[in-house]
Amino acid sequence: MSISDRVIAIIAEQAVLEPSDVTPDSTLEDLGIDSLGLVESIFAIEEEFDISVPFNANEPTAGDFDITNVAAIIAGIEKLVAEKV
Amino acid sequence: MKRVVITGAGTINSLGHSVPDTLEAMREGRCGISELEFRDVDRLAIKIGGQVRGFEAEGRFNRQQMTLYDRFTQFTLTAAKEAIDQSGLVFHGDLAARSGVVLGTAGGGVSTWDDNYRSVYEDGKNRVHPFVVPKLMNNAAASHVSMEHNLKGPSFTVSTACASSNHAMAQAFQMVRSGAAPAMITGGSESMLCFGGVKAWEGLRVMSKDACRPFSANRNGMVQGEGAGVFVFEDYDHAKARGADILCEVVGFAMSSDASDIVMPSKQGAARAMAGALADAGLNASDVGYINAHGTGTLANDKTECAAVADVFGPHADDLMISSTKSMHGHLIGGTGAVELLACIMALRDGVIAPTIGYEEPDPECALDVVPNEAREAKVDVALSNAFAFGGLNAVLALKRA
Repeated sequence: MSISDRVIAIIAEQAVLEPSDVTPDSTLEDLGIDSLGLVESIFAIEEEFDISVPFNANEPTAGDFDITNVAAIIAGIEKLVAEKV
Repeated sequence: MKRVVITGAGTINSLGHSVPDTLEAMREGRCGISELEFRDVDRLAIKIGGQVRGFEAEGRFNRQQMTLYDRFTQFTLTAAKEAIDQSGLVFHGDLAARSGVVLGTAGGGVSTWDDNYRSVYEDGKNRVHPFVVPKLMNNAAASHVSMEHNLKGPSFTVSTACASSNHAMAQAFQMVRSGAAPAMITGGSESMLCFGGVKAWEGLRVMSKDACRPFSANRNGMVQGEGAGVFVFEDYDHAKARGADILCEVVGFAMSSDASDIVMPSKQGAARAMAGALADAGLNASDVGYINAHGTGTLANDKTECAAVADVFGPHADDLMISSTKSMHGHLIGGTGAVELLACIMALRDGVIAPTIGYEEPDPECALDVVPNEAREAKVDVALSNAFAFGGLNAVLALKRA
C-alpha cells in the first residue's frame, strides 16, 4: 500500500467510514473527526510510519504540519517519511 | 452554621519551599519553570516543568519513613507541618477525635508506580519492595498527615484530576461549617514529574515546549508543576477563642459537572460553579475583586474560562482582576488549587495581586484584566479560586478578607 492509502485507511478507521469515502479534499470536520479524534489519528500515523508528527493541539495551524484536508495531511506525512530515510 | 476561617497555610512548589518564599516569588513575578531533571528526560518531547529543586527528603525523614513516603507524600507532610505550626493547634483529646484530613491528588504515588514498573518490566526483576502499595496509594499522604499530627476525625482523599484540591477543600469547608469538625487539614499534592508522568501528558498534545502563557494570544499549552499546598480550616469561634491569627475566611463553594466531554471544557459548567459559589456565600458578583483563574494556558481552557467569567459577572467582569499563577509554578494537577489558594490569601490579606507572567499578546477571546507580568497592589474583599478538571468536574471556592 502507498503512504497515501495507509494514511487514508487510518483516517477512515477513525471516522468509521470506508476508505473510498475519504477523498483528498475532505476536511477532518467533513469526516466528523474532532480534536480528540485528530490526536488519536496522529498517534496511529506515528505508530504506522515510525515518525514524529509536530502537532500541538493548542496551535493547530502553527508549524509545518498542515491539517487543512486529507491531501495536506498525506503530503505532510510523505515529507516526514522521506526525511526519515 | 459555623463560620470557617483559615488559620494556617503551608506549601512546597517550584517557587519556594514555604508560604513566605512562594508569596515573595509571586509578588516578584518569578518563574519556577525550567528544564526538567530526571532519568530518561532525553526521551521526552516535553522537557520543561515546575520542578521542586533542592528538596532533600533524606534530611527530613528517617530511613523507615523514606521507604513509605512517595514524593507526593513528602511534599504533603512538609506543607502540612508548616500549616499546622502556623495555626498553633496541637491535636489531642476531643479536638483530635473530631478533626480530620481531606486532601486532593490526581495521581498519588506516580513515581513509585514508574520506578517499580521499570524494575519489573525493563529490568526484568521479579520482586518489588514490600511497601509499594502503601507508598503509591492515593490516600497515603492523608493517612500520614493524620498519623503525624494525631488527627482522628473524618479523613480521606479526593481525586478529580485538576480540581482535586478544590473538591477536597470544599469537603473540609463543609465539615467545619456544619459543625462536624472543629478543624480540618486540607489541600492537595501532586508529583508527576517523572518519565512516565510526563510521557502520559505528552500524548494529549496539549503541553507547551517553551512556557506557560495563560490568556496570551500566543499561548501554546500547559506546563506541569509539582508540590503541595495544605491549610488549616477552623471553626471561626474556635479560632477566635484561642486568639488565632486568621488569614482569611472561607465563605462559600460550589461544584458542578459539565456532563459533556472527557477533556474539552464547558462554559456553562464553569459558569454554574462560579455563580454557585457566590450564591452559597450570599455574595453579589460585584463583591468579587480577584479571581485566581484555572488558566492552564491551553487554547480551550482560557477562552472558555474568560467567556464563563463574562457570563457570570456581566459588566463587572471588566472591573475585576483575574490571573493565572500557573504561569509561574506550572500546573500542579491535583495539587494546583491548593497552591493557587495562596494567591487568593495574598490578595485578601496583603492586598497584592499575583500576576499572570509570560503574557505577550492580547487575545480578544480573553479580554479581561489578567494582571499581566507584574504584581499589583489592590484592596480586595472577596476572591474566587477556580478549578475545572478533565472529566468536566468543576469546583470553585469563595474567600473573604478576615
